[in-house]
Amino acid sequence: MGWLTKPADKTAAVSTEAIWAVCPACKAYVPRDEWNNDLRVCPRCDYHDRLTCRQRVTQICDSGSFVEINADVSVRDPLKFADASGAYADKARATVKKTGEGEAILTGNARIAGIPVVIGIMDFRFLGGSLASGTGERILLAAEAALKQRQPLILFSASGGARMHEGIVSLMQMAKTCAAIARLQQARLPYISVLTDPTTGGVSASYAMVGDVNIAEPRALIGFAGRRVIELTIKQKLPDDFQTAEYLLEHGFIDHIVHRGEMKRFLEKVLRYAAHGVAECI
Amino acid sequence: MTDLDFSKKLTPWEIVQVARHPNRPAIGEYIQGMCEDFVELHGDRAFGDDPALIGGFATIGGERVMLIGHRKGKSVEENIHANFGMANPEGYRKALRLMKLAEKYGLPVVSLVDTPGAYPGLDAEARGQAEAIARNLTEMAGLRTPFVVVITGEGGSGGALGIAVGDVVMMLQYAVYSVISPEGCASILWRDNKKAPEAAEALKITADSLKELGIIDEIISEPQGAAHSDPGKAVDNVKKAVLKHIKALQKLDTDTLVQKRYDKYAAMGR
Repeated sequence: MGWLTKPADKTAAVSTEAIWAVCPACKAYVPRDEWNNDLRVCPRCDYHDRLTCRQRVTQICDSGSFVEINADVSVRDPLKFADASGAYADKARATVKKTGEGEAILTGNARIAGIPVVIGIMDFRFLGGSLASGTGERILLAAEAALKQRQPLILFSASGGARMHEGIVSLMQMAKTCAAIARLQQARLPYISVLTDPTTGGVSASYAMVGDVNIAEPRALIGFAGRRVIELTIKQKLPDDFQTAEYLLEHGFIDHIVHRGEMKRFLEKVLRYAAHGVAECI
Repeated sequence: MTDLDFSKKLTPWEIVQVARHPNRPAIGEYIQGMCEDFVELHGDRAFGDDPALIGGFATIGGERVMLIGHRKGKSVEENIHANFGMANPEGYRKALRLMKLAEKYGLPVVSLVDTPGAYPGLDAEARGQAEAIARNLTEMAGLRTPFVVVITGEGGSGGALGIAVGDVVMMLQYAVYSVISPEGCASILWRDNKKAPEAAEALKITADSLKELGIIDEIISEPQGAAHSDPGKAVDNVKKAVLKHIKALQKLDTDTLVQKRYDKYAAMGR
């Protein structure tokens, strides 16, 4: 009867999570090796899972072409902010350690189908992809690099909005980043904005929404005010597709919804028009 | 409110109450008290006319300007009509139209900010609240005419900033300017909206703090007992400060003006 009381051999057991992944959208159990493809798109319902900035680099930039810039620009704490859960400085330090990134956006020089670009990619894992002084500075410097190098700028947004922990300084990053975008406009340099899940609050109300071409991933949440705030304000139920990429396309704020598997090809296509006369290899 | 002792330094939360005081001068009083002439211009030419954000040609101390600003009501009816100063996208688009007109006519822009925030409504989202504000931020950065901002009451986040990217940004002594309301911040970061006083403190939203942080350029003092106890004096102080800066900014050539504005915002948070 020893086999009844003896604990199961731990090394032989394979946990459910190792084999199956649950899609956050359709809740279907999907074999993990199918889910963990390069795209991280649910094979059942086409849900586009959130990506890290480095995963996005792999998908979008020509292999080996990405070189990070301004990595030394990191989190600052202008208000010396602390809330109920502790000091912002500690929270930020832990986030840098956990993610391996210095801020909520990764910026660098890269090539897309041979076309040289300056690219910025937000990472939602980094304090909800929030916009704060370090984030804004990296974006401004990326835009200035694009201006200096006479190259297109591409920004991938994934953000809950301005970072409360830097208060008014975060709010000012909306003006700061838009000032940088305005310079590209004046210099007739292309700026392509890609809105991914989620792009809300102060990021949707600044650089993310003013691309020459605005592209979104399917079903991405995009909007200004939070759903709950709106429901409380107007005291009525909101439509199910409210603030989705599809809703924004219908209302005229997005040029195109592009599946992740097609994103690089689509960007290349747009760049062939937009960077005409700018980049040397078109 | 009556028990506030203005001879002592008010707490940030007390200052929030002063900034929201129902008798605090609103844009109607500023137009009355500051302008010899005001020609209101209506509509965004695309959807409608937003009563929450108004503007038009104005003459202030002999200077011809374009005046824009949020409108809070002085009565329940006016507040309902003006949506408590919470603008919709057509408000921001009207403001942009007037800014571009000011640029065309070589008029300085004077922007008076007093709003709890941009309106969070279904229609506002459908018509692109985010895009309207984003567009304004981008256009204001490069606007080729002097731009003077005064936060007169509540500077509510993106709804305030949407008309507040200026060469000179001033605040009345008891105005507040914040990325989020203290109540909103408390309910998210403290998980308790009764912690608003703590949040108000931590967010550094008062004129003193913002001056120290380099976000604003000048504090306009209020009469003893704050603007609501002597609106005429408060309006006059704003008028003097605005005129001083308009005259100084008009001496700059336009390229220098726009470059300095870029440098000012590029340095924010450095």
